[in-house]
Amino acid sequence: MTGARIMGLGTYRPARVVTNDDLAKRVATSDEWVRSRTGIATRRIADADETIVAMGTTAAGKALAAAGIDAADIDMVLLATCTNPSQIPGSGPQIAHRLGADNAGAFDINAGCAGFSYALSMASDMVRAESARHVLVVAAERLSDYTDWDDRSTCILLADGAGAAVVGPAATREIGPAVWGHDGGKSDAIRIPGYGDNLFRMEGQTVFRWAIALTPTVRRACELAGVTPSELAAVVPHQANLRIIDALVAGIGATNAIVARDVVDSGNTSAASIPLAFSRILDGGELRPGDPVLLFGFGAGLTYCGQVVRCP
Amino acid sequence: MSQSDILEGLAAILEEVAGVDPADVTVDKTFIDDLDVDSLSMVEVVVAAEEKFSVKIPDEDVKSLKTVGDAVSYIQRAGVAA
Repeated sequence: MTGARIMGLGTYRPARVVTNDDLAKRVATSDEWVRSRTGIATRRIADADETIVAMGTTAAGKALAAAGIDAADIDMVLLATCTNPSQIPGSGPQIAHRLGADNAGAFDINAGCAGFSYALSMASDMVRAESARHVLVVAAERLSDYTDWDDRSTCILLADGAGAAVVGPAATREIGPAVWGHDGGKSDAIRIPGYGDNLFRMEGQTVFRWAIALTPTVRRACELAGVTPSELAAVVPHQANLRIIDALVAGIGATNAIVARDVVDSGNTSAASIPLAFSRILDGGELRPGDPVLLFGFGAGLTYCGQVVRCP
Repeated sequence: MSQSDILEGLAAILEEVAGVDPADVTVDKTFIDDLDVDSLSMVEVVVAAEEKFSVKIPDEDVKSLKTVGDAVSYIQRAGVAA
């Protein structure tokens, strides 16, 4: 079996920046409180024309350009989102259509904030099994559509954006084996219930506790890739909360890694957070091709997935 | 495990997680008001304490742990029960 690799990444960040002070005009909170509990200083909130399809298409186009691949050469488009405006249709086929990926299969997956890592794992497996040569993984979210702007415990967290990655064949396995799992018994801890109740709710402390206790699993992703945590060049956990990120990074002992802190000015963009944060580190220019980077998504489900990948 | 061993272990966790001076950690101190440990740090302390002392501290019991002494007694009882 061949390997698979990330060939290029792309992102879309909505234009509008919302500060903690902006939110404090509506709910009882403060910049100091939000920063100390979450690390978030500002977040991007999409306008009406920055849809899942529009943001996802832009991010995907940039990823194709970075990878040097034509849309016509994409065999599969996987969209990870948990904030699609409709149950059906999904947005993945619309993104594929807009890109001109006319030879591709296309569908959506919903694994909450773990969606990008799950989709990346599926993409890698498709390429390795030769059911697809190039797979476009897109993650696009508009949490703002489901935000209760009067709930001070969640409106400070949620944000919008999109990221994408092109996955293609490689001589070696540059997308490492995924670790995954769930705690479906805690499904109520993060929810947009539906059936008329379309607002995001979260039991913050329950989720925080669950997330920081995932440290052994994160370490396991390194073991499966044959990398020790101290060898990681970068760590890109889902950007939920800086306190969780710091606890996970300290817990695994990633002592030499650049740590993604995109949450500080991007907020929590669910499935989009990992490609957004990873791209930002790549753009910083400190990583070299082939450097090992840990990706780890966790959230609604509750479900998690992570893997060590090599830098494009 | 003795109360003083548990107290010492908790002080080490509080220093690591929340930067609390171990000398300040005495049984009469409240986590939130006296030691300035916020709710998320308290969760980190609980998770670390579970690992260190091999006990289970369910979410619903965490709220009852107001003082360091409450936590020491809880861990001692839970340790015996285990």
